[in-house]
Amino acid sequence: MLCIEARGLRKAFGTTIALDGLDLHVEEGHIVGLIGPNGAGKTTALNAILGLTPYQGELKVLGRDPWTDRDQLMRDVCFIADVAVLPRWMRVSQALEYVSGVHPRFDRAKADGFLAKTTIKRASRVRELSKGMVTQLHLALVMAIDAKLLVLDEPTLGLDILFRKQFYDSLLNDYYDRTRTIVVTTHQVEEVQNILTDVMFVNHGRIVLDCSMEEFELRYAELMVHPQHVAAAQALKPIHERQVFGRSILLFDGVDRHRLAALGEVRTPSIADLFVAVMGNQAGAAQGAVA
Amino acid sequence: MNTPSNAVPESPLEPQKITPAAMSPTRPLYWSIRRELWENRSIYVAPLIVAGVTLLGFLIATIGRGMATVDPARKAAVLTEPNSFAAAVIMATTFVVGVFYCLDALHGERRDRSILFWKSLPVSDLTTVLSKASIPLVVLPLVAFATIVATLLIMLLLSTVVLLMSGLSAATPIPWMQMPLVLLYVLITLALWHAPIYGWLLLVSGWARRATFLWAVLPLIAVQIVEKIAFNTSYFGSMLKYRLVGGMAEAFAHKPHGHVPIVDLSQLTPGNFLSTSGLWIGLAVAAAFLAAAMRLRRYQGPI
Repeated sequence: MLCIEARGLRKAFGTTIALDGLDLHVEEGHIVGLIGPNGAGKTTALNAILGLTPYQGELKVLGRDPWTDRDQLMRDVCFIADVAVLPRWMRVSQALEYVSGVHPRFDRAKADGFLAKTTIKRASRVRELSKGMVTQLHLALVMAIDAKLLVLDEPTLGLDILFRKQFYDSLLNDYYDRTRTIVVTTHQVEEVQNILTDVMFVNHGRIVLDCSMEEFELRYAELMVHPQHVAAAQALKPIHERQVFGRSILLFDGVDRHRLAALGEVRTPSIADLFVAVMGNQAGAAQGAVA
Repeated sequence: MNTPSNAVPESPLEPQKITPAAMSPTRPLYWSIRRELWENRSIYVAPLIVAGVTLLGFLIATIGRGMATVDPARKAAVLTEPNSFAAAVIMATTFVVGVFYCLDALHGERRDRSILFWKSLPVSDLTTVLSKASIPLVVLPLVAFATIVATLLIMLLLSTVVLLMSGLSAATPIPWMQMPLVLLYVLITLALWHAPIYGWLLLVSGWARRATFLWAVLPLIAVQIVEKIAFNTSYFGSMLKYRLVGGMAEAFAHKPHGHVPIVDLSQLTPGNFLSTSGLWIGLAVAAAFLAAAMRLRRYQGPI
């Protein structure tokens, strides 16, 4: 079943086009990484999905129209926005009480359990907590909600590596159960690569790449080419080429790995490398078109 | 939507356990109001402080002037005069608290980005705006009522003690059966009469990106200036003044001195008040402002 279905999503802020006919399909039970440069339209797309911004085009989230049905939708959808948004005056105990007061699917005992693993005190106000602790608190609140879709927009921004690692670990171990859907945007691509089931690249308000991680591993190959085979490798039309320690690293799309193995060492590229390749090519193409 | 009749249960002893998914529609409203009280403690702290200060002044007057005055009639006057003054001061305080609360209610959540958290929960913009509007329209009048009654009771106790010590009978100068009724009437009529003011302030706080107070006040002044220069009239100014202080004249037969709550029950004219077009126009305008504030909140994100 489709969890998010967007067709021809458009949104402009004045003359700036944030979403330019975005098509997006997210299936239930998937963990989707939405990757894109700054200003690509990721946050606008998420805001449309969460009913925070009006849009043109067709959009259904869990079968509902997010813009007209936000409060109903939020029974089944949770989100953590890019920076700490928990009200700074609130006490931890008040946050727990309030969410259990207004949310029919919030499990107070579960949230208490998550918080027990941290050093957060119930009487503390949010403003007294460190950035990492605020994120822990927000995650504890969100994970205690039996939601169908969880949207994370740069959830680990500004956190140190220990908190970031812990964040995704608890998400995978304590929350994800293969029926829930998670959509995450982040610039720390390498940290989410292992948890994603699908990856999408967004640029200029469109999806420029959409594939499952299995497909990703089959399709893309990175070749550290032996110096004597550079010309042969380049003949296979790599989509990107870079130099590391004087050796060429070529990225191929849909080229048989056995053929590549004869020319050097083959491995699966990181999402970050593919991202640089795809975005770099787009920028190059755009510049070429202008010139 | 502006009458205090839609007050949510104020009891803090709300049952904690409810079955999931079966949630009464007033429950988010109840919790939203509690959350407002958590955030804005001035709603009840400010009237309490003012009541405390009033009582301190009364204590000094009782011990000083009250004891020193020999004439029994004058002594009684010293002890009863501050009653209506205390009530008026506490009411004025709750009005000021209400004004500043409204100016920040829909602005603060955008300024500190917490609107993203509130909007991530299944609470509609309607519930949110209603919960915020109910603070000046329901909660603050209730706070004022409780604070004033308590203050007057303490004053009565103090003055009784002084009178008894002076060998005078502790004749209660306040009609205690009538006072709470009249006070309640004053608070309800004031809240209804001022509803469009609070509605306007909420609308401005949901719309302005900064300086909500200036945006709330300057346009009103600008209209008056334009009207004065263009037509040499001041209808808009009189209308504002009527909205601010005219309610009492409609609610009472004889205009009392200031906001004196201790009057005869026969002076109450609820019929006249309810048949004043000013009341219903005001409520309609308040409803329109609140609807606009609700719509704005849907579109607004952090600033």
